Parts: sequence; C-alpha cells; structure tokens
Amino acid sequence: MNKNSDVLRIGTGAGFAADRLDPAVDLAQRGTLDVMVLECLGERTVAFAHRDRMADPRRGYNTHLDRRMRALLPVCRDAGTTIITNMGAANPRAAAERTRDIARELGLAGLKVACIEGDDVSASVPRSQTFMDEPGTLADIGRPIVGMNAYIGADAILPALAAGADVIVGGRLADPSMYLAAIIHRHGWDTADMIRMGAGTLVGHLMECGMQITGGYFADPGVKDVPRLAQCGYPIAEVAADGSAVITKLPATGGCVTEQTVKEQLLYEVHDPAAYLTPDVTADFSHVSLETLAPDRIRVFGANGRTRPEKLKVTVGFDDGFLAEAGVSYAGPSASARGRLAGEIVAARLKSAHGIATNTRINLIGANSLFASAGKARGESDDVRLHVALRTAKRDEAELMLWEVESLLCCGPAGGGGFRGSITPAVATKSVLIDRALVKPRMKMFVT
Amino acid sequence: MTQRGRNSPLLVRDIAHARAGDKGNTSSINVWAFDPADFERLKRTLTAERIKREFPNLVRGDVKRYIIDHLHGLNFVMQDALEGGVNASLNLDSHGKSWSYLILGLPLDPP
Repeated sequence: MNKNSDVLRIGTGAGFAADRLDPAVDLAQRGTLDVMVLECLGERTVAFAHRDRMADPRRGYNTHLDRRMRALLPVCRDAGTTIITNMGAANPRAAAERTRDIARELGLAGLKVACIEGDDVSASVPRSQTFMDEPGTLADIGRPIVGMNAYIGADAILPALAAGADVIVGGRLADPSMYLAAIIHRHGWDTADMIRMGAGTLVGHLMECGMQITGGYFADPGVKDVPRLAQCGYPIAEVAADGSAVITKLPATGGCVTEQTVKEQLLYEVHDPAAYLTPDVTADFSHVSLETLAPDRIRVFGANGRTRPEKLKVTVGFDDGFLAEAGVSYAGPSASARGRLAGEIVAARLKSAHGIATNTRINLIGANSLFASAGKARGESDDVRLHVALRTAKRDEAELMLWEVESLLCCGPAGGGGFRGSITPAVATKSVLIDRALVKPRMKMFVT
Repeated sequence: MTQRGRNSPLLVRDIAHARAGDKGNTSSINVWAFDPADFERLKRTLTAERIKREFPNLVRGDVKRYIIDHLHGLNFVMQDALEGGVNASLNLDSHGKSWSYLILGLPLDPP
C-alpha cells in the first residue's frame, strides 16, 4: 500500500467464484486503489475445490486464477495496489506458487506473494465432533468427507500485510475479514477495539458481493431501473480512520450506488442484524445509518461490535452422489397440457421401468418450476419446458433418468423438442464449531 | 424512480423492494419501504405469522421478523424454507434467490 491519505481506498474485483474480470481490470487501472479484494469462495465452492485437488494435487484453487492474475498483476503493480484473495480455496499453496510463476512470466521482479495456510483442519477435527445446528456427529455422515475448512479472520492476514505483501492468497479467509484486515493495517486499529472491528466488518460485508451493491441483483424494470447494467462497475469503499466509509464506484461505469442498493446488501444473508458473527467480531448492523452525499456516493456509519465468537465455524464438505437434470420443451396451443402429460409419463416410467420413486422432482418451466412448493403455479402457458431433477448416489440411475426423458421425443406427447440432459457430481456441506486453538494460520512469502 | 401502481398500490412490490439470501436450509429476505410513509402498512402486512401462513409447504420451520425502524426495513429469517437447502433441493433455484418475489407478490393490507 503506497498511499498516504487518511482514507483507505479498497475495491472489490470479484464477489464470487465466477464473477466478471473486465470490470475488475478497469477498476484496477482507474481506481487508484490501495487494496483490491477478490472474494471467490462460497460454502460449497471449497468442497468442489477439494475434489479437484484429490484428482490433481496441483489444482484445487479457483479455476479462473490464471486469467485473473495475468490481467490484474501488472496493473495492480503499476498502481501500487495490494491484492487480497481467497482464490486459494482448497490449495492456497498451489495458488500462491502459480501466482508467483505467472508474475515471473510477466517479468514482474521483486513481487511479494504471501500464502496463508492453516484453514484446512481435516487432520485435527475428531469424527466425534457434533454438528453446529442439527443433531449428530461427523461420524454419522456416512459418505467420504472431502474437506474441512475453518473460517479464519483478519488476524491471519495481518502478518502478510505487515511483511509488505503485494499479493495475499489464502483459502477459507472469511469474506469480510479480507477487507477488515486491510483497514486495520492502514489505520493502525487495535483488534481488541470491537466497535472498530464492527465498523470494518460492515464495510467488508457491504463490499464482499461485488456488484450486489452497485446495481447487480437489484434491477426490476419500471420499479428499480439501473442504468447500463451490462457495463456495471465494481464497488469502491473509501474508509476513514473512524470506521465510517463512502461506498461508490468508478465514473463512467454502469450501475448505481443508492441507499436502496446499500440497504439490500446491508442485511443480505444476515439473520439477527444485531449479531452478525465473523471470526473477528460479533458485529451489530442494527443502528447503521446511510447518507447520500452525491449521486453514487453513499456514506455508511454507526456499526457496532461486541466480543468475537469463542469458536470458529468449519465447513465440512462431503461427496453427495449426483444431480441429474433433463428437459423437453412444448410450445403452441395445448403446450401446458402436453407438458403435464409428459411429466406424468416420466413419473410413471421412472417408477415402473427403473424403480426410481424418491428424490425426483418433475416440474413445468413456465408454469410451476420455482414456486411449486410455495403453492404459486400458473395455469396455462403456450411455451413450457418439462424439467426433471433427480438426486442419486448411483450414476447408473442418473443415466437412466436422462434416457427416459430423451425417449419422450419419439414416445411422448406431440411436438416435444429440445432435449438436454446433464449429470453433475454433487457435494454437500455441514457446519461444525471448533476451538480456536485447533486452527493455526501460518504465512509463507514468495518473492519473484 | 418510477413506481408502478403508486396511485393504488396492491402488491408489496408496489411499495417495497427486497433481496433474498440463503445459509444452509434457512432463507433470509430483507424488505424495505420505498417511501417511509408506507412503512407502517408494510409492517402491518408482512408479519411473521402471515409469511408462515402464506407458504405452509415451503416454509416448514419458524419465521422470525427483525425490524429496522430507522431505515424502514424488515428482515425475515425462515428456518427449513429451502426444500433442504442448496445441498438437497431439487428446485431449479436451489438457493431460493427468487423467494424475494414471493414476498413482493403478496397483496397489501388496506391502508
């Protein structure tokens, strides 16, 4: 970090594993950022990454890491911007080494790449460990566990910042903690100051989903119109030493930052607004205030915090067989009736011909696919798609289901077309809480 | 910002906006009045009991409502409301991202 102003400029360059790259490059080039965070892990993403690593010990990190680093390392170097990311997923060491190698290929000499490890606790958690929010223990899972990762906080990232890292690559770094660490480092905050930990966590929480605060996941034509959503810009937070911040975005990008976009993100995936738990703090967002300073400039302040949780949350990922999906479409007069008939045929034949009666769902897209359980179904549509889903431990059953749906082309109702089918390996996750003492984060620095 | 139906609001969507999120098998939806003047009506319309009553086959567990008065917002936390959650759901939308529009599609109580 090379800037000396009293405000930290921190941007988001990815808010989930598959987030866009080109707006991140734009932000790195024009944003005069101190720090860019690339947040790329969800609850199950890390479990999928563990499976990649089992197949190839050199993998297990974000599949877009190469492209992201090739595009961002040179511009962030020029701008003096530190990158913090959890793209390491199940293999932060391999991700950091790959980043170092890319930096060398690009001729970036003297770049410091820090690797943070220690979130993988699969060797230290006993099988007698009880689940966080349901009865039972890890021993009850009954399927191969692919990985266990503890959410680790800002204190694991601070040593890398203190050592002057240009790029920090970790695994299950908690999303807001990546932002909080940068703020603590810049403003010299005491990590025992829970009010400030709450304020920095608020900034991280608002920023961690990228464009969800600049107009993404927001537009509703006629009610909530968003300008140039296709050119939406990633967010920037300007964080003052007192923990208040201005959320904004680059000029000439699409999207918008308004009190409405900030509010929707403020409580996104939050349960009790007064008790948002992270490894760093029990944050209290219930008295946060918003102030519009100018178009696309919203000031946020008033977050609070209490003692951090005693235990750390661990995501346990395990193999969960296959998700099979298949569909055929019907259009024109009587499309819904023909689609319903197709569904009845599939249901009957999965049972009679293949003995598959459970863990299936048969819907008509255009009539009752998303809201079927909510009891909100449309009667008739002249363009529907039969959608059949099956979860099974047996690949053979998944294949039989796809075959059965495809057979509708010749054997089903009139005018059915557009068969597609897919079989996706599934992972499932459960959560446990463990003692902090079982988690020992460590940092290793690579220099190009 | 244009607001359809502003003259005679019928649905929650006419006076409020919302976003849905998921953790495990728990769905959380935050709902905000566009105009502070409509917040009391929104609060009266959207009670935890109403949400539970509207979707008995979807929302299987408890519903808790948090109120953020000064920002004119409500936060609903609905247990066992994602058909098993992203691990187990056979719904095309296994995260329940679209659930915000279940709330926004509800009819408003009279002013």
